[in-house]
Amino acid sequence: MTDILMPALSPTMEEGKLAKWLVKEGDTVKPGDVIAEIETDKATMEVEAVDEGVISKLMVEAGTEGVKVNAIIAQLSAEGEAPKPKSNGKAKTAKVDAPAQAVAETAAPEQKAKNDGHRLRAPEQKVAAAEGLHDPTLPEGVTYKKTAVRDALRDAIAEEMRRDERVFLMGEEVGQYQGAYKVSRGLLEEFGDRRVIDTPITEYGFAGLGVGAAFGGLKPIVEFMTFNFAMQAIDHIINSAAKTLYMSGGQMGCPIVFRGPNGAASRVGAQHSQDYSAWYGHVPGLKVLAPYDAADAKGLLKAAIRDPNPVVFLEHELMYGVEFDVPEVEDFVLPIGKARIRREGTDVTLVAHSRMVKFALDAAEELAGMGIEAEVIDLRSLRPLDTETVIESVKKTNRIVCCEEGWRFFGVGAEIAAAVVEHAFDYLDAPPLRVAQKDVPLPYAANLERLSLPNAQDIVEAAKKVCYRETE
Amino acid sequence: MTGKTGGARVRKPVSEPQKAELIGFYRDMLLIRRFEEKAGQLYGMGLIAGFCHLYIGQEAVVVGVQAILEPDDQVITGYRDHGHMLAAGMTSRGVMAELTGREGGYARGKGGSMHMFSREKNFFGGHGIVGAQVPLGTGLAFSNKYKGTDAVCIAYFGDGASNQGQVYEAFNMASLWKLPVVYVIENNQYAMGTSIARASAETELFKRGISFEIPGEEVDGMDVLAVRKAAAKAVKRARDGDGPYILEMKTYRYRGHSMSDPAKYRTREEVQDVREHRDPIEMLKKKLLDAKHVTEDDLKKIEAEVREIVNDSAQFAQDSPEPHPDELWTDVLVESRA
Repeated sequence: MTDILMPALSPTMEEGKLAKWLVKEGDTVKPGDVIAEIETDKATMEVEAVDEGVISKLMVEAGTEGVKVNAIIAQLSAEGEAPKPKSNGKAKTAKVDAPAQAVAETAAPEQKAKNDGHRLRAPEQKVAAAEGLHDPTLPEGVTYKKTAVRDALRDAIAEEMRRDERVFLMGEEVGQYQGAYKVSRGLLEEFGDRRVIDTPITEYGFAGLGVGAAFGGLKPIVEFMTFNFAMQAIDHIINSAAKTLYMSGGQMGCPIVFRGPNGAASRVGAQHSQDYSAWYGHVPGLKVLAPYDAADAKGLLKAAIRDPNPVVFLEHELMYGVEFDVPEVEDFVLPIGKARIRREGTDVTLVAHSRMVKFALDAAEELAGMGIEAEVIDLRSLRPLDTETVIESVKKTNRIVCCEEGWRFFGVGAEIAAAVVEHAFDYLDAPPLRVAQKDVPLPYAANLERLSLPNAQDIVEAAKKVCYRETE
Repeated sequence: MTGKTGGARVRKPVSEPQKAELIGFYRDMLLIRRFEEKAGQLYGMGLIAGFCHLYIGQEAVVVGVQAILEPDDQVITGYRDHGHMLAAGMTSRGVMAELTGREGGYARGKGGSMHMFSREKNFFGGHGIVGAQVPLGTGLAFSNKYKGTDAVCIAYFGDGASNQGQVYEAFNMASLWKLPVVYVIENNQYAMGTSIARASAETELFKRGISFEIPGEEVDGMDVLAVRKAAAKAVKRARDGDGPYILEMKTYRYRGHSMSDPAKYRTREEVQDVREHRDPIEMLKKKLLDAKHVTEDDLKKIEAEVREIVNDSAQFAQDSPEPHPDELWTDVLVESRA
């Protein structure tokens, strides 16, 4: 008897919908036969049988939502083998007998090479927006709608495209494929292929083309499937987009947004897991945004698209599926360059951006249990950097821990620590500490990856240290 | 941008150049040459610094191509760009003052020799990264198609840039999307100090578009009339919506790659031979005299007029003050309207 398990179809998938069975109990299957269809928030995929045998039992009904990866979905018996009684089908998790093979239905080969093939679950999912995280600047009585980050981004793009004919989206798989991470879902249908443009895999080329189009009076949104691939295009982002206004004595604006997921996804190895916050944050002539929740993703992306300057907009793959409250406000645009205090506290300041905000908030919860009230600042914008909010906070707490997913050398935390030392030296009761990725390329092995990436516990330890508490 | 959405405007047909136009070509080429000679002189005097790439010898290329462009067509090039700017109608004062890094320069002294722009003349630079102008120019062409104008972008680059990968990324998209762009390869035979034979597996650069279904042809880049004729065909094709075209202009630069290059990689005789037998200005001068379009006196008058313009620009470039120290902090970002 062999268990057929719910397969992970992407590096970050945790669960999915078993949409349809293509076999019934008693059917004989051979390796390669398609036995089921699975839907995730990104795509519909086919599940193939790996072993030969008879489907003895379908354990999950067609149409079931939220089937966990590695849950047993069916049992297969060898020809002639008696079906096991039902009670034996206890759930297995880590030890996989025969994971069903998942094949992308529509993925182009190059797409598969980039995204599929590395499968395992995201370490966390679905964080409900906690009370008190709502933007304090919004009017009383505003209503909110639960929205995943990817849909908030999509809504921002769609709204701006409706508003301004010059705005268009280009990148790999943004159109027919509906986005490698489904951020551009539905945009091709609404705006057509004149404004939602599938490019060849040619980052340097289409980044340059986008900059040229911006010189020509358009407002391109250039999607990189991930910012790791933008390394090939960084010459145009910096030399062509960021510097030309200055070099032209103010004649040549470049209103363009470069966006896509940044930082570590999950188990995709060193070349697909780099945080570029510090890289772009270094460059005058750019604006660099890195939102955490869905509301900021929407409000800041709309601001980025309207901005007359080149904006690097760093998203996070592991946040795309996370739902938050997004205010139901007509034309929700946020100011660029303003940090947001996510939690008020008096004992230590935790500064973070993008997904690290979640860890900082978790750490703050844990610290509260020890009697340490942490203030959590979500930077949101790295350039311009709202050092004023950070410094004001440090003047109150006298301690700071800078958290980032990237490497610490010459990093965002280094910049903030320097600013705090320069402008609030006399207020500090402890040296600023940094929590960051270990100074190694990101490893693949699950345990090593965990050791390499910063987490909430690291922040707790650092916060205790600056508060001179006993650390582990 | 003057192009209107929807439907091509009536363009003037390209006919055989008449006397006045021919004399204009002569004058424009001479202006570039005298301007560049003056720039070299000012460089020697320490008034121009940094990199300075002179266009001497290649004048027929830009003058011949620009002759058939319309005001709303765009031009983009690399760092050997002084000639392109003059041919695009930018003032010699503004260009020379940028070379000296003064307030009166096209970028108020903040760009220098390799980085000048004119929105007014649709000149989009002046780019210092070899080959970068090719995707950028392709993007300008993209904007034309997106907006529904019939403007064409000319992207100039050299034989050196033609070995850059991004050139082919741009070729692919330009052909795939039928973008109105003409790629003008100014093959001056040397990528800095490396001859084309030492750097290119395929030295016939007009063939470089074959894999992308982009037709190309070789043109005598020393003959302004041959250049004009080839450009007319390529630009018409792009304007008509038939996509990109490659013109390989066989040309030659008399000076080193930049001012600091003594050009030891070629013989003095090689340069002298081109100067004597293929010089674009001398060849046109002969044509003008043979056809009796001009007299020696007319030519002297043109020469004097050109020298006057160049001397005036050199004087302006020295008199114009350095940019105000406050300029250090301006133009980093466009200030958002509140």
